[in-house]
Amino acid sequence: MATAAARDTAGSRAFDARADADDTADHERAFDAAVAADERIEPRDWMPDAYRATLVRQIAQHAHSEIIGMQPEANWITRAPSLRRKAILMAKVQDEAGHGLYLYSAAETLGTSREELLDKLHTGRQKYSSIFNYPTLTWADVGAIGWLVDGAAITNQVPLCRCSYGPYARAMVRVCKEESFHQRQGYELLLALSKGTPEQHAMAQDAVDRWWWPSLMMFGPPDDESPHSAQSMAWKIKRHSNDELRQRFVDICVPQAASLGLTLPDPDLKWNEERGHHDFGPIDWAEFWDVLKGNGPCNEERLSRRRRAHEEGAWVREAAAAHAARQTNGETGATRA
Amino acid sequence: MTTTSAKDTAATAAALALGDDALVLSHRLGEWAGHAPVLEEEVALANIALDLLGQARVLLSMAGDEDELAFLREERAFRNLQLVEQPNGDFAHTIARQLFFSAHQYLLYGELASGDGPFAPLAGKAVKETAYHRDHAEQWTLRLGDGTDESHARMQRAVDALWRYTGEMFQPVEGVDVDWTGLETAWLEWTGEVLRRATLTVPEGPRTGAWTAGAGRQGLHTEPFGRMLAEMQHLHRSHPGATW
Amino acid sequence: MTHTDWPLWEVFVRSRRGLSHTHAGSLHAPDAELALRNARDLYTRRGEGVSIWVVPSSAITASSPDEKDPFFEPSADKPYRHPTFYEIPEGVQHL
Repeated sequence: MATAAARDTAGSRAFDARADADDTADHERAFDAAVAADERIEPRDWMPDAYRATLVRQIAQHAHSEIIGMQPEANWITRAPSLRRKAILMAKVQDEAGHGLYLYSAAETLGTSREELLDKLHTGRQKYSSIFNYPTLTWADVGAIGWLVDGAAITNQVPLCRCSYGPYARAMVRVCKEESFHQRQGYELLLALSKGTPEQHAMAQDAVDRWWWPSLMMFGPPDDESPHSAQSMAWKIKRHSNDELRQRFVDICVPQAASLGLTLPDPDLKWNEERGHHDFGPIDWAEFWDVLKGNGPCNEERLSRRRRAHEEGAWVREAAAAHAARQTNGETGATRA
Repeated sequence: MTTTSAKDTAATAAALALGDDALVLSHRLGEWAGHAPVLEEEVALANIALDLLGQARVLLSMAGDEDELAFLREERAFRNLQLVEQPNGDFAHTIARQLFFSAHQYLLYGELASGDGPFAPLAGKAVKETAYHRDHAEQWTLRLGDGTDESHARMQRAVDALWRYTGEMFQPVEGVDVDWTGLETAWLEWTGEVLRRATLTVPEGPRTGAWTAGAGRQGLHTEPFGRMLAEMQHLHRSHPGATW
Repeated sequence: MTHTDWPLWEVFVRSRRGLSHTHAGSLHAPDAELALRNARDLYTRRGEGVSIWVVPSSAITASSPDEKDPFFEPSADKPYRHPTFYEIPEGVQHL
């Protein structure tokens, strides 16, 4: 995905500044033509500043979501009720760290650095998906996250494999391939609970009740209130509208819930013959905006935990850097002090 | 007849001892998820934890039902070394624990793999995993020991603190037919060499506790272990007979 | 305080014997040895590789997209480099 060739974007931007208006117009025409022809834009290609900024924002937010998203699930690693489940959960949380890494690398091809992006996350200047500001209260939440949250994420991510920006699209191909087990393990986990003891069944239903609506919010605000959607679609960063993907997700989930023997917490949910889709009840967008603003049940906890891990790891990163520098200079430990 | 069953009993006890080591250390490493000093290390620590959990599942299954053994035994019935149950501490403590244990496990599995006992098939696979764990710990010991003044001090503190749990690793385990004295000699030599290259001092203190009642292999553990088990077993125990 | 942003490395993985190393992605590491190990953990944890190269990203010299035409277009008008350029009578085999 990321290529070294990309790293001197600062240089190419300086070049752009020198370029006269005709050159810019030429570049813009070439860029538009490439996007229109479904070609991929690669790191060293000329691209509009706004395209670059949009991608950095989106890829960074995506990477941050993977990293913060480790927390609610890692919360259950030490309590997983069987060794098989424990292995699955550890592998899944590990994958999320890996996916964060792929995505930070993709963002770095646009001329930013991981350090800069992490700093923006830690200081609240860049966001992560609001879904991770909800708590995992029971073991069944691990299943609900796999089925619903990963399910929604996959619905969002599959079209991103065809995103116009090459490194992002390639990262997403890898992520989607690896993530295919995430949703299935969640579904299987919930199925075991649903078919288990009455207490386990109730635990599963309770988790689905709590995660259903926040999962629908993951597709973002309705199309008419989504500020960046139109431009992103024109640039082929985004391929489908929020509402379109949300509807697709609802249609997929309804029969899956029936097979689980669990109900989705929406009395308005019913098949609409005419539309060929399920109708569903109104989403509480006030809650969405409130959580986004920092008022969710776990916003403060997630971010401060992330900051703490970073700060507590500083001495380790410094030590390795110091060691590497000394090796390069051919020095030994004697020169340390 | 009697000999066979005594041999079986010894093999079961040995599977428990080695399985508990892997299970408990895997659990401790799992506690790092989301806290590692750098993202790349999140992935590395999880790989090691998953290898160990895989080993634990094979070994415990040789002794009985893996989940019953993991989730329904009392603290005193666990046979793991006290070393592996020690809390993670800072990254230096985790690395020191990894260095000591993986060097031991590498030597032990190497010997078991070349024999024809009941553990040979598992050991043949595990020794490759363990070689990587040992390498990971060695790399980090060198960097932390010979890194900054702070990292050097932290690493020395960790090595000193965990040194007294290292003698137990070479206490003979019935049913594990290896040259324990030879293992210990090789371990001391390799570990000492790594510590010296990392500009660290090989501790001079005792390598076992003073309590004659024994240690982990006798079911005598340290205080943090009970809390670790409480967390690990709580959910499973709250739903007797349930399947997951 | 030491600057601790570890350098970036490009990772190339040979997925199986007989194939060449292919660019898999990148990662951060303080030195080559850890870069290699991080690459193993990150890019081959599902058995994707049998051999890995890591290269400091700063060591790569790349062609620039602005030079695309002079670099790559001249090779487009030399069809005689391709076997389909030549006409061979029907029935001639092993050619």
